[in-house]
Amino acid sequence: MIKVEDLHKSFGKLEVLKGITTTIKQGEVVAVIGPSGSGKSTFLRCLNLLEEPTRGRIWIGDQEITDKKTNIMKVRQHVGMVFQHFHLFPHMTVLENVTYAPIKVKGMTKAEAEAKGIELLKKVGLEQKANEYPSRLSGGQKQRVAIARALAMSPDVMLFDEPTSALDPEMVKEVLEVMKSLAHTGMTMAIVTHEMGFAREVADRVLFLDGGQLVEDAPPHEFFASPKSKRAQEFLEKML
Amino acid sequence: MNLDFSQIVPSIPYILQGIAVTLKIVVFAALLGFVFGVILALMKIGGMKVLTWFADAYTSVFRGTPLVLQLVLIYFGIPQLTGFEIDAFPAAVIAFGLNSAAYVSEIIRAGILAVDKGQREAALALGVPYKLMMRDIILPQALKNILPALMNELITLTKESAVVTVIGAMDVMRRAYIVGGQVYRYIEPLLIAGCIYYVLVMLLTLLGKALEGRLRKSD
Ligand SMILES: Nc1ncnc2c1ncn2[C@@H]1O[C@H](COP(=O)(O)OP(=O)(O)OP(=O)(O)O)[C@@H](O)[C@H]1O
Ligand SMILES: [Mg+2]
Repeated sequence: MIKVEDLHKSFGKLEVLKGITTTIKQGEVVAVIGPSGSGKSTFLRCLNLLEEPTRGRIWIGDQEITDKKTNIMKVRQHVGMVFQHFHLFPHMTVLENVTYAPIKVKGMTKAEAEAKGIELLKKVGLEQKANEYPSRLSGGQKQRVAIARALAMSPDVMLFDEPTSALDPEMVKEVLEVMKSLAHTGMTMAIVTHEMGFAREVADRVLFLDGGQLVEDAPPHEFFASPKSKRAQEFLEKML
Repeated sequence: MNLDFSQIVPSIPYILQGIAVTLKIVVFAALLGFVFGVILALMKIGGMKVLTWFADAYTSVFRGTPLVLQLVLIYFGIPQLTGFEIDAFPAAVIAFGLNSAAYVSEIIRAGILAVDKGQREAALALGVPYKLMMRDIILPQALKNILPALMNELITLTKESAVVTVIGAMDVMRRAYIVGGQVYRYIEPLLIAGCIYYVLVMLLTLLGKALEGRLRKSD
């Protein structure tokens, strides 16, 4: 579960998040959408403290991560993140990418981590690439490895920041399929995306951000059929 | 033109023995310079004002004054300050190591900053602590990119090591000089010394290429 209360974030004078309050329940899949610059990435990055909130409070599970006493590194182990540009470690093989953090951060044995890594690579359909370097993979394959790498830490929550935006169109589907099957396992997920079809089909709720504010928070069928705010209407007209 | 190597031939082994001295100085100074250079580079990017200031000042001083001066200052300065004599070899290692660290730290700093900042974020997002992140993720990628620059620094160090002659270390250069004095012919022994340095530099260049090739296996 993720609970966000009155979250503010400023970069210098620029206020990017202007008080966001919402709750993402255990096992819920939430799509975060909105125009460019509305603060979607910043919102997501606050949830694992890659950005430090200026004001407000955030809980992951029953732990308040904005509490000064909280060990940020520990929190991040429970929150997986997938980036638009993958950020695989280029000097490590696929399997090493997936096993590095479990071994070095969680203290798993190499054998344990590799068994789990192979199992995860199977899930994303890439076990035959275990010993390749990332430079030999396509974008879609890289992103699936990145998902496996995040899952290898057994996170309670997964954050996705436009995971398919940097992909060639023919590779978008393979990544969305992996995310869809992950959603079906009951993983709590927050996904920033421009894939409206995916949001409609997979998300339990849509959060629409505009100008740093949470303008709408509704189930997808409601949001897409009859957006309440003018800003969401305009946004959807442009997107669809 | 009269070049006559015949008188020098018996002394060639004597000059060649200087290679060991030169190499020993270069290897230890390079190690010191690398380790200390990494530490200085981390100080420069670490965001702690005092450390950044120290590392910047250090670099500025060591780059801004002649190497020979640093060497002589250490060789004669340490005994004067501490009362303990220092041999030419440790003095040379310290001087070249400290000097090289200044250059190496700049190379490494640039190399670290050139690593995609997404790498840092990916590591942080996985909960990887700063030290491990630097050691296992950022530095290996930085080193790959800056290997040619580091090799260059090592080559410079090898050639510059000839200035230890001024404090009397028996390196290639000094031996050539001594032989020249004995037979009153300087050109021949100095040419031989020149060849030795050139061969050493070529070997280092080859070594660098081989290392680079190995590091490139991931692309
Ligand atoms: N580190 C930063 N320093 C200064 N300004 C920033 C920083 N990160 C983001 N911003 C600014 O905050 C605003 C929101 O950025 P954010 O990346 O959260 O938007 P977004 O909704 O994800 O947009 P996009 O759809 O283009 O990814 C933008 O105006 C951006 O320029
Ligand atoms: Mg964004």
